[in-house]
Amino acid sequence: MKPVRFDYKRPATIDEACGLLAGDDNARILAGGQSLIPMLSMRLSRPSLLIDIAHIPELTTFVETETHIEIGAMVRQAVAQKSELVKTHIPLLAKALGHVGHPPTRARGTVGGSVAHADPSAEIALVAATLGAEITYRVDGTDEIFDASDFFIGPMLTIAPPTGCLTRLSFAKAPAVCGTGFHEVAPRKSDYALASAAAQINFAAGSGVTSIHLGIGSVGDFPERLDVNQLCGTPLDDAAIADAVHAAMQMVETVEDLHATAAYRKRVATELAIRALRDARDEISKDLNQ
Amino acid sequence: MNDVTLTINGKPVSGVTEPRVTLLDFLRDVAGLKGTHAGCEHGVCGACTVLIDGTAVRSCLMLAVQAEGEDITTIEGIGGSGARAGELGVIQDAFCETHGLQCGYCTPGMILAAEALLSVNTDPTEHEVREAISGNICRCTGYVQIVDAILLAAKRLGQRNDAVPSDATLA
Amino acid sequence: MTEQKYKFLSTPRRPVEDRRFVAGRGKFIADLDRPNMLHVAPLASHHAAAVINGIDASAALAMPGVVDVITGAELAAAVQPLMNGLNTPNVRRFPLAVDRVRYAGEWVCAVVAESRALAEDALEKIIVDATPQPFILDAEAALLETSAPVHPEHGSNLLLDRKFVWGPVDDDFDAAAHSLSFSVTWGRNSTVPIETFGVLAEWNGWDQMLDIWASIQMPKYADQIARSLDLPGNAIRVHYDVDVGGSYGVKRGIKHSVLVGYIARKLGCPVRLIEDRLENMRAGDAHGPERKFDITIAFDQDGTVRSMKMRALDNAGAYAGRAPFQLGKPISAIVGPYQINSVAYHALSVTTNKTVQEAVRGFGQAPTNYAIETAMDRVAEYLGMDRLALRQKNLIRKDQFPYLIPSGSYYDSGDYHAVIDKVLAAADYPAMLAERDRLRDAGMMAGIGIAACLEPSGGNSSFEPLLNQSNQTSTWMESCQVNIDALGKLTARIHTTSSGQGHETLVSTVLGEVMQIDPELIRITRPNSLESLPGNSPVGSRMAIMLGGAAARAGEKLKAKIMAIAAHRLGVAIDQLRYEGGDVLAHDGRRFTWDEMVELAHRQYHNLPDGMDPGLASFDIMQVPTGDALPVDDKVQMYPCYSFEFHLLLVSFDPIIGRPDIHSYVIGHDCGTVINPAIVSGMTYGGIAHGIGAALFEEFAYDTNGQLLTQSFLDYLMPSSHEVPAIQIVKHCTPSPHTVFGQKGSGESGYLGAPAAVSAAINDAVSSLGIHFEKLPIRMSAISDAIAAKTS
Repeated sequence: MKPVRFDYKRPATIDEACGLLAGDDNARILAGGQSLIPMLSMRLSRPSLLIDIAHIPELTTFVETETHIEIGAMVRQAVAQKSELVKTHIPLLAKALGHVGHPPTRARGTVGGSVAHADPSAEIALVAATLGAEITYRVDGTDEIFDASDFFIGPMLTIAPPTGCLTRLSFAKAPAVCGTGFHEVAPRKSDYALASAAAQINFAAGSGVTSIHLGIGSVGDFPERLDVNQLCGTPLDDAAIADAVHAAMQMVETVEDLHATAAYRKRVATELAIRALRDARDEISKDLNQ
Repeated sequence: MNDVTLTINGKPVSGVTEPRVTLLDFLRDVAGLKGTHAGCEHGVCGACTVLIDGTAVRSCLMLAVQAEGEDITTIEGIGGSGARAGELGVIQDAFCETHGLQCGYCTPGMILAAEALLSVNTDPTEHEVREAISGNICRCTGYVQIVDAILLAAKRLGQRNDAVPSDATLA
Repeated sequence: MTEQKYKFLSTPRRPVEDRRFVAGRGKFIADLDRPNMLHVAPLASHHAAAVINGIDASAALAMPGVVDVITGAELAAAVQPLMNGLNTPNVRRFPLAVDRVRYAGEWVCAVVAESRALAEDALEKIIVDATPQPFILDAEAALLETSAPVHPEHGSNLLLDRKFVWGPVDDDFDAAAHSLSFSVTWGRNSTVPIETFGVLAEWNGWDQMLDIWASIQMPKYADQIARSLDLPGNAIRVHYDVDVGGSYGVKRGIKHSVLVGYIARKLGCPVRLIEDRLENMRAGDAHGPERKFDITIAFDQDGTVRSMKMRALDNAGAYAGRAPFQLGKPISAIVGPYQINSVAYHALSVTTNKTVQEAVRGFGQAPTNYAIETAMDRVAEYLGMDRLALRQKNLIRKDQFPYLIPSGSYYDSGDYHAVIDKVLAAADYPAMLAERDRLRDAGMMAGIGIAACLEPSGGNSSFEPLLNQSNQTSTWMESCQVNIDALGKLTARIHTTSSGQGHETLVSTVLGEVMQIDPELIRITRPNSLESLPGNSPVGSRMAIMLGGAAARAGEKLKAKIMAIAAHRLGVAIDQLRYEGGDVLAHDGRRFTWDEMVELAHRQYHNLPDGMDPGLASFDIMQVPTGDALPVDDKVQMYPCYSFEFHLLLVSFDPIIGRPDIHSYVIGHDCGTVINPAIVSGMTYGGIAHGIGAALFEEFAYDTNGQLLTQSFLDYLMPSSHEVPAIQIVKHCTPSPHTVFGQKGSGESGYLGAPAAVSAAINDAVSSLGIHFEKLPIRMSAISDAIAAKTS
């Protein structure tokens, strides 16, 4: 189980990385490597050149703006998990990160790498799609921005430009009052999820619930956002939540494998979506009652 | 082929290697450190666990060329070596005390995972111990005596006067 | 209790092996480098079945660093077929496929190169011209006459078809008030050690010697390689000082070793093959039993189980090997721990286009225990009787030992009721029942699993002559050599590799006990096979009994010599002397010290008794206790000792998610006198973990194209520290009358009952819905789907 031969480069800047990528059709970006290196070892991935972006300083930083938190693509999952900015402003991501792999893979795996890899069961991709995060790629010296809600189009498949380098993810800051819920189910705790769900309910004093974000992962070929905004303005009781989720799940296509039937994935994703929404609602109630 | 110099157990180790060589294979075949074991070579079993800056990582999920500039600790860097070979670190001693192993193949990875945990959490709960080693598969022990070993080591380290967080310094 | 009887035995002592392993200083096969060593990578078949028309390796051979490419045709012309346990001479097996491939992953040819990576590069350049053939995966389908045989020369897929009737089965069924039938299937899984199999061979033409280092747990390993390579037995030197990174039965590696031995001899240099994980999973030929049971059981209204008919159909995979014998071992405990008067047993083994089976922990006993325990639960359910009460009613009582079971084995000893009582007390069974009900009231599915079963131990191979009448084997010895050097220190030699069982600790503890010397001061070494006495390696849960027995007996022989020297020196009769901590005391108070004794034995021949040989050495080659005869009338005493285990656990799961959560797990374990408590407990915990895997997670599953779906650890799911709960072991000791200290085997403990117990717990949880899970593993998806089907 040894990779094919390839070259290795360590660019110091994003543009240098993009230049290398443009110069070789069969080049690949190496971020944390936690998904790519097993594929190399099994020879499922056969690049001619690996471009290691770990030493590009601006990819490892967090930037806080008035409205957003930007996370550099090379930020390690373990670092993001501990980040106060993430805990405070992207609470849904903070919840999800604890479910990513296990401690040794989070130590090396990166936020951007997980999104670029686009595994249908990836937690970070699910949160990004659910919240409509902005995904920035550098292509030919300019930045292209993609909405994570429609970035993922299939298993390990995205609309990313082939010669682009993912540089950062930008999440809108959650409002002061909001609730989140994240659930996933896997045979063993750190396995690829068989079904997962992420929810965030945004609340504003005076206007009540302003938006509801719900997404499911692991069920189909990519993480999917579900529209349950009709729940805004309702009391968000259990029955209404269940009805809205069931309705939204109608059109979801599910995949099947050895570990779970399609029916299982759909049934459990529905349940997890309901639980995630309820958790989010209960967090808001708790906040408001304090 | 690339010239690679890695810092392993505090010492520089140089070798000429292809970029495709994993850190695991570099440690074993170039550095001659056989205590880091290959189990699955695809990042699931944890037998190849080493520490980078004190954190447990998979050496099969890193290329050797990626590891340049990192501070790598292998099992050979824990406990005594050279003339002090045979002197066990606190965690190693606890594994012997509870028989937290059988065949010994996953053991270096387990001990390094325990090192990483106890270096940041001196009084872990059983659940925290289980979480810390959840990426390390053992087929012999059912983990019970491993968990016992790590809890015992935490207790003993906590009883030390000199507040050394881990016994890695013994090397 | 026995604990007081011994100075070192049964006391908490650190296993001596652990020190090197915690330091990462074990000596595993992949740690061994030889100068100019070459590396082998096998080419895996993409087809489940195909005829090989030709192999073009020219491009591979032209690559730099590639030394050779070996094909099946070349190998078959040069070596004998691998040994076959049954009389099926036309089911021939070579390390590489010859003319046709019979399962996906089977080795088609092998590249020899200067590095493993180069060998893998070259594999991609080999062109195999193959014509796909029909293939068969299902064992029942393989039995049909219309199915194409995996080995056309053999004429069918049937490897073994034996019917046994022990006792008055028809009469018992006629007399019984009720009978019921059911089927259960044990899924294909294995022990999957974290170290894959590896072997290194080096040929020395000047010495005409093939040196082999391998991660083996294999009886008669050197003999089999010598036979296949047409070499004299004393031209193979297997080095036993290799640490094996887990085995639990499967590390046999004959095909790997014959291949590498052949290449080493052909090329005259060291050659190593270390399976990578994919090779290990799909073509290590180390899958375990895949077995369907059809059971009919006869019983009375009061719960008395009278008789059982069991048909066991095993899917052996593409070649025979020893796998079909895994239907044989369970004959030695075919009624479990119960008084069942008669049994009809139909054992069938068939070839299919799946990976070859190998011996797995328990050698077929765990699947059979699962079937028997499911039967007990079904009877209880049928009668509306408590499962525990049903078992307690049918269990063999302690006053019935030695107890002769219908298939001809005597169970040596036990007190099953006492063990169960202890477990119920330790677990607070009423509280456990209340907790189950509380969980159910809270909307969870909750169930309690119980399983009682036996671990036949002491490993002889009487199933071989029982299933294959041309096999006359009744010997299954183990040996130990002991020497006291001229400075008075003890060294013992053992003649096997170890894969975590702690044999060095076993032998030093036993010898320490016999010789009354601190075991820490006793050195254990492992010579190579040419310097060894005969043995059969650690299989069949035998080493505490057999290696421990041989070590104790060798020690007793030394002690007898010491006493004779002392009697001569002190001028008194031996029965007037007492051995104490190495010294010998006369009844008159005189002391003949250890140092004096060593001095006499090593340097003062003139002071030894007439005719006594100098030195202080002994050895023992021990036959399996009670294993002294061939089968008569389809019956045989198969194992000397029977350990007992009783599992009790509480499981719950959300009805939609279906992910079982084990709340508490208590096991009662009686393996007689324990040599080292930490080692026995560790094996039991590990066995339970493995059993949880077999029950819930682990399966070598194939798709409809005959491709193995679970080739990596991403899909073959082994329990992690999250899935194995804290486990409480309740110990009991009923010594065996057949062994030196009353010890029994424990190497398979936990695994033999855990799958049955976990399955029982899940089934109990869904019993109110009328659901029965009839196949292992029981995946969470299957649980949720079954509940949904009943409740929607």
